[in-house]
Amino acid sequence: MKLRAYALQALIVVAILLTLYGLATVVAARMRGLGVEPGFGFLGQRAGFDIGDTLIDFDAADTYGRAFVVGLLNTVAVALVAIVASLLLGAVAGLGQLARNRLFARLCVAYVELFRNVPLLLQVLIVYVLLIGRLPLPHEAWHVFGDWGPDVWLSKSGLSLPWPVWSNGALILERPVLGTFTFSGGATLTPEFIAVAAALTLFTAAYIAEVVRGSVQSVSQRQREAALALGLDEAQTLRFVVVPQALRSMIPPLANQLLNLIKNSSLAVAVGYPDLVAVADTTLNQSGHAVECIAIIMVVYLFLSLLTAAIMGGWHARLLRRQGGSA
Amino acid sequence: MKIIFLLAVLLCPGLACAGKTSDAILERGQLACGVSTGVAGFSAADSKGEWRGMDVDFCRALAAAVLKDPNKVRWSPLTSQQRFTALQSGEIDVLSRNTTWTLGRDAGQGLVYAGYIFIDGQGFLVHKRSGVMSAKQLDGAEICVQTGTTTEKNLAEFARASRIRFKTLMFENLRAVLKAFFSGRCQAFTADASALASIRANDSGKPEDYVVLPERISKEPLGPVVRRGDEDWFAVVRWTLFALLEAEERGITQANVDALRARSDDPAVQRLLGVGEDVGKPLGLDREWVYRVIKAVGNYGEIFERNVGPASLLQLPRGINALPRDGGVMYAPPLR
Amino acid sequence: MMARLKRRAWLSAGNLALGILLLWAGWHLFDWAVLQAVFLPDASACHALEGAGACWGVVAEKYRVIFFGRYPLEEQWRPLLAIFVMLGLLGASAIRRRRGRRLALLWASGLTVFLLLLKGGLFGLANVDTPRWGGLPLTLMLTVFGLGGAFPLAVLLALGRVGRWAALRALCTVFIEIVRGVPLVAVLFMAAFLFPLLMPKGWDIPSLLRVLVGIILFAGAYMAEVIRGGLLAVPKGQAEAAQSLGLSYWHVQLSVILPQALRKVLPALMNSAIALFKDTSLVIIVGLFELTGALGLAVDGDPKWRAFALDGYLFIAIIYWIGCFAMSRYSRALERTT
Ligand SMILES: N[C@@H](CCC(=O)N[C@@H](CS)C(=O)NCC(=O)O)C(=O)O
Repeated sequence: MKLRAYALQALIVVAILLTLYGLATVVAARMRGLGVEPGFGFLGQRAGFDIGDTLIDFDAADTYGRAFVVGLLNTVAVALVAIVASLLLGAVAGLGQLARNRLFARLCVAYVELFRNVPLLLQVLIVYVLLIGRLPLPHEAWHVFGDWGPDVWLSKSGLSLPWPVWSNGALILERPVLGTFTFSGGATLTPEFIAVAAALTLFTAAYIAEVVRGSVQSVSQRQREAALALGLDEAQTLRFVVVPQALRSMIPPLANQLLNLIKNSSLAVAVGYPDLVAVADTTLNQSGHAVECIAIIMVVYLFLSLLTAAIMGGWHARLLRRQGGSA
Repeated sequence: MKIIFLLAVLLCPGLACAGKTSDAILERGQLACGVSTGVAGFSAADSKGEWRGMDVDFCRALAAAVLKDPNKVRWSPLTSQQRFTALQSGEIDVLSRNTTWTLGRDAGQGLVYAGYIFIDGQGFLVHKRSGVMSAKQLDGAEICVQTGTTTEKNLAEFARASRIRFKTLMFENLRAVLKAFFSGRCQAFTADASALASIRANDSGKPEDYVVLPERISKEPLGPVVRRGDEDWFAVVRWTLFALLEAEERGITQANVDALRARSDDPAVQRLLGVGEDVGKPLGLDREWVYRVIKAVGNYGEIFERNVGPASLLQLPRGINALPRDGGVMYAPPLR
Repeated sequence: MMARLKRRAWLSAGNLALGILLLWAGWHLFDWAVLQAVFLPDASACHALEGAGACWGVVAEKYRVIFFGRYPLEEQWRPLLAIFVMLGLLGASAIRRRRGRRLALLWASGLTVFLLLLKGGLFGLANVDTPRWGGLPLTLMLTVFGLGGAFPLAVLLALGRVGRWAALRALCTVFIEIVRGVPLVAVLFMAAFLFPLLMPKGWDIPSLLRVLVGIILFAGAYMAEVIRGGLLAVPKGQAEAAQSLGLSYWHVQLSVILPQALRKVLPALMNSAIALFKDTSLVIIVGLFELTGALGLAVDGDPKWRAFALDGYLFIAIIYWIGCFAMSRYSRALERTT
């Protein structure tokens, strides 16, 4: 009986490995047939295309490999901004749903229901269309803080703001200046970046709000009453009694939402923000290395997912340890 | 069962188990033709969903030749990125869609070009209010471009060669580029000049507000493409193209084709129209195929005039796309 | 005491301010969306608004493309009917509490009719190839067939992952975790660019089918985790008891454990369904024109209406919202009754 089970298992594994091997051979043969030599050597070749929005220098003479790094950094940038913003917004909207102020609570519920139930892609497109449709041309850019505040401009070219740069060994604040066409100098958040970051934030925060609400509600009313009876005021009760407990049950589902956020940042292709997937897509088309490009996307996202899971897991473990596991 | 399937999968890339493209077309009763998702004058669906344009007419010509009916075509609208995969995988029989003939594509990707149907160059479209007169003045501008094209690479090369810098905005489909450009997100849109003329005339809403800059920064010979490894089908596609040119050269038009077939005593015309020497047999077609092609879509000149010529919406001059006798390069070897 | 009163006063002042703000915003929204809005398909009237009101005229002008994509104009009664068939099926399964064979039969025939209407080629209906399908019927089709394919896959994966066979456990785990670790966009690219390389030459599998397979694999992995949660929540004793009655392992799993597990995770499965419904919008990235893509098709290429893409997007956002909201309400109702 046992033996048969083992034999069957072994057979299944072998069959699957064989199939995978077969598929790999087919793909490799097909690619050779198309004149493309399978392998990652192409990463060292000249890319030949430019990327508009980069955190490190890049031009067409650089390699495909570097283009991937540019894309990865863009993915990480937009995801990090959205993570921080959606945690904040999600906490406010989540706690807000439980607020004593009924009006505010209703408002938070409405926000959650509104943004959870519309596809993220649609939200990205709506924000993007809103930005490029309603903002002024660079020459009529809005001076966000007026003439006295810092030099921040908002236009169809994005949000241009002063940025520190090294110049002759000193750190100076470089201000954006309007050129013939658009702003240069300083830093620019492009409408593509803003659209992706904003939509990711609004969408994910709605889910995070639900996580927060659920966890806080799971802390029993009794404990809360006990704390109040002990003379703690409401804020103190929240800070010392409710939040620490809620946090513990919150972290695993929160980690899930952050993972989703990172993966969802790939919707950037829809508005032309050059994230990892967009760069891989262009490379795939220019070089013909479809399999390798898709493999790179997968490995990188798996790595990012594992990294996030590890960080959140570590935090969770530390919390548990610090609280000694007492309820 | 599974094993047979696995074997089939394993062996197929080596052996040509696809069979002949022409046979597949006959069996299907339809020509699978890859076109663009919408560049008016070349290939675009009108308000009723009918496909129109030069590239469309070429596929209709092919269908008339092979299936004896220009309407037996299955259209696959493809973005720049999807087009080659669609051809390589067998989803389409021919790609007839403003696609540039380059060495890398012709030799390296399992594809072959059957020739060129429109010779073009890359240009820039800008809004008049920008006051820009030349591409060299675009230093520092944000430029919209579609990915998966020769265009994005030419742009990078042009910037290097003329020592200027662009901010490139890449979009994966044409409508996204149009949306971005016409809402003012970028100051210029670069693509094949013919496509720009089409977009200016058809998609801008206000053609007088936009100009195509005079520079042509690249060579873009656009032509039909087929899969490698089926010379017979390749020959049919290529000679259909030549037949369109030859018909123009001999003055055979959609209007006079019947009269000429009945009365012409020029052996070259008789040969083309199926009443003389057989020019169908070597291609595996019947002898009247050219007659049907001209009857269905007219000759090359007519196709050009109707879709993109000076009297059409696009108002493109014939220029280099004229027959050699008119100073162009559209030359067909003898059909005999 | 004083402090408390003071807080109250503050609170109500805040309330008042918030209330006024909401009223103000609500009024402006109403003004924009209804009072000033243009409802007729009149582009020049829309342009004259200069943003002061919504241009719902874009929907009035383009509703055919928005709802049916590139489907041939004179045949569009077919996808319209198909939408009603699908909505009828969904409605019937939601209302009637009795499940079972009758419902299964209803679905089987309903889906056949749905596909027949879209595809044609029989009973004198003209054949319409899958690349021309689009709009709402495509969204519904991808959602329903995606779920239909993903569910059995998810059950198998979940059973495999909690099952006795170590090798199978490992395989299922690896598959689930890999798929859950990558974005759907990557899976769709795979369907668009990689599957064709795997197919024998000359097998031309329409991209709709390839994409559907991609969606099924993706949703299957997510739902598998949900179902696994349910399987683990069923007390161990039950399996042992059933096995001691002499039932075989698979019999126990399928007829004792699984039904309980599924009942436990019904709300979570519903959430997966909602997520899938929203995710179908991504197929535009590989060139299929479901609702979201069809809107781009209708508006972005048309100079007269391009400026009103936003109003169009808001309109379809409302459609998605209604769909999702209805599903989540239904799921809550289920939660209460089971
Ligand atoms: N000729 C160039 C560019 C062709 C091309 O795809 N141009 C774009 C920009 S106008 C286009 O036609 N897009 C239409 C589409 O994607 O449907 C090439 O072969 O790479």
